[in-house]
Amino acid sequence: MNVKSNTYTYIYSSIVVIIVATLLALAATALKPAQDRNIEIEKKLNILASLRINANKNNVQQLYEKYITDRYIINSKGIKQQGADPFYINLREELKKPVDKRLLPVFEAKKNDSSFIIIPVYGKGLWGPIWGYVSLLREKDTKSNIHYRKIYGVIFDHKGETPGLGAEINQEFFQLPFRGKVIFDEKGIFTPVKVVKGGANPASLTEVDGISGGTITSKGVQAMLDTCLVSYQHFFKTTK
Amino acid sequence: MDAKNWKLITNPLNSENPITVQVLGICSALAVTVQVKPALIMALSVTVVTGFSNLIIAFIRNTIPPRIRIIIQLVVIAALVIIVDQLLKAYVYDVSKKLSVFVGLIITNCIIMGRLEAFAMSHKPLESLLDGIGNGFGYGLILIIVSVFRELFGSGSILGYQIIPEVLYQAGYKDNGMMILPPMALITLGIIIWIQRSKNRKLIEK
Repeated sequence: MNVKSNTYTYIYSSIVVIIVATLLALAATALKPAQDRNIEIEKKLNILASLRINANKNNVQQLYEKYITDRYIINSKGIKQQGADPFYINLREELKKPVDKRLLPVFEAKKNDSSFIIIPVYGKGLWGPIWGYVSLLREKDTKSNIHYRKIYGVIFDHKGETPGLGAEINQEFFQLPFRGKVIFDEKGIFTPVKVVKGGANPASLTEVDGISGGTITSKGVQAMLDTCLVSYQHFFKTTK
Repeated sequence: MDAKNWKLITNPLNSENPITVQVLGICSALAVTVQVKPALIMALSVTVVTGFSNLIIAFIRNTIPPRIRIIIQLVVIAALVIIVDQLLKAYVYDVSKKLSVFVGLIITNCIIMGRLEAFAMSHKPLESLLDGIGNGFGYGLILIIVSVFRELFGSGSILGYQIIPEVLYQAGYKDNGMMILPPMALITLGIIIWIQRSKNRKLIEK
């Protein structure tokens, strides 16, 4: 057989394409359940982490069922919606919609007799998506009369931010300062957390330190909290 | 293993190093060497891909139509990388998350295609497999040296463990932010090439 002939080249490339396509399709189908399970486990780990609970792969299911008491979908007016499982809502798609059409997932949790609301957040970093979960502690504020005002814990992660710089948003030193910040001021006006470059005021209830060298990712976190939390503000204000 | 085959593994570590001598794979050597851990995992993944793609191409080398050989090589590499990526996602999810885009970028690593063209197309499968593994190790060795320097002086740690003592920071020592940026990877690489050539004078081009 002449390996240089046109016919041979065509047949050869067709066969290679078919073999490789079959192999890849098989690999993708066979590994899909395992990959989906990993994604689900990670989601649950993140939800628990925002509640300051350190779970691992083995106890995540049990702890998730213990602490997460309810989950549902609301719209931007804070009214419950039907029709989809909040756990599988694709926040990225929801954020593309106009605010009043968004389906917003809410998770309720109870830990040590305190109540919490956990919501997912999603945004853009420097190189790709960033996301996370924010938990709010139920604690009535006498001045503004809002119950869900104080951030209890946050967890952030990213797809491909620069290692050592923007990628540090998934580290504790960046996430810890968010605890105890408030998202409504005394008059009940929405005040999203600011990620500040060059030193946040330690006494401030709305500022945290950014990452030097990771300015765009830090700003991305701020923008993410702003756009995601703002759709929930009615819900936070009215929920008792 | 006889001496000739052994050389296929050891030569790429020094006198035929893919990065410092063949000057291949520079781009990824700059990108993944900010910290040691991603560098290590990258080195391992590249070794797996160079080894297997060399082996597969060596098996089918006589059947490949010469006019589309580069395409066939690329298809083999891309398929292997995607399978590796899928396996990582299914079985070691946390590692796969750390590597993120780097795994996909193995496809564009010039070392792999360079070795297919230069070696696997004209050698037997076993020799090609060893050559692939050797070149993966040679690549990994440089990656690890560069990343140790960059993480130590850029972040004060190695593999995430703090190495530079807190006392030094209090005395006014600061991490060198420049080490985290790609230019310092290139300069570190230049220094490694300089040291290697001053020790092994045969490598100096006339």
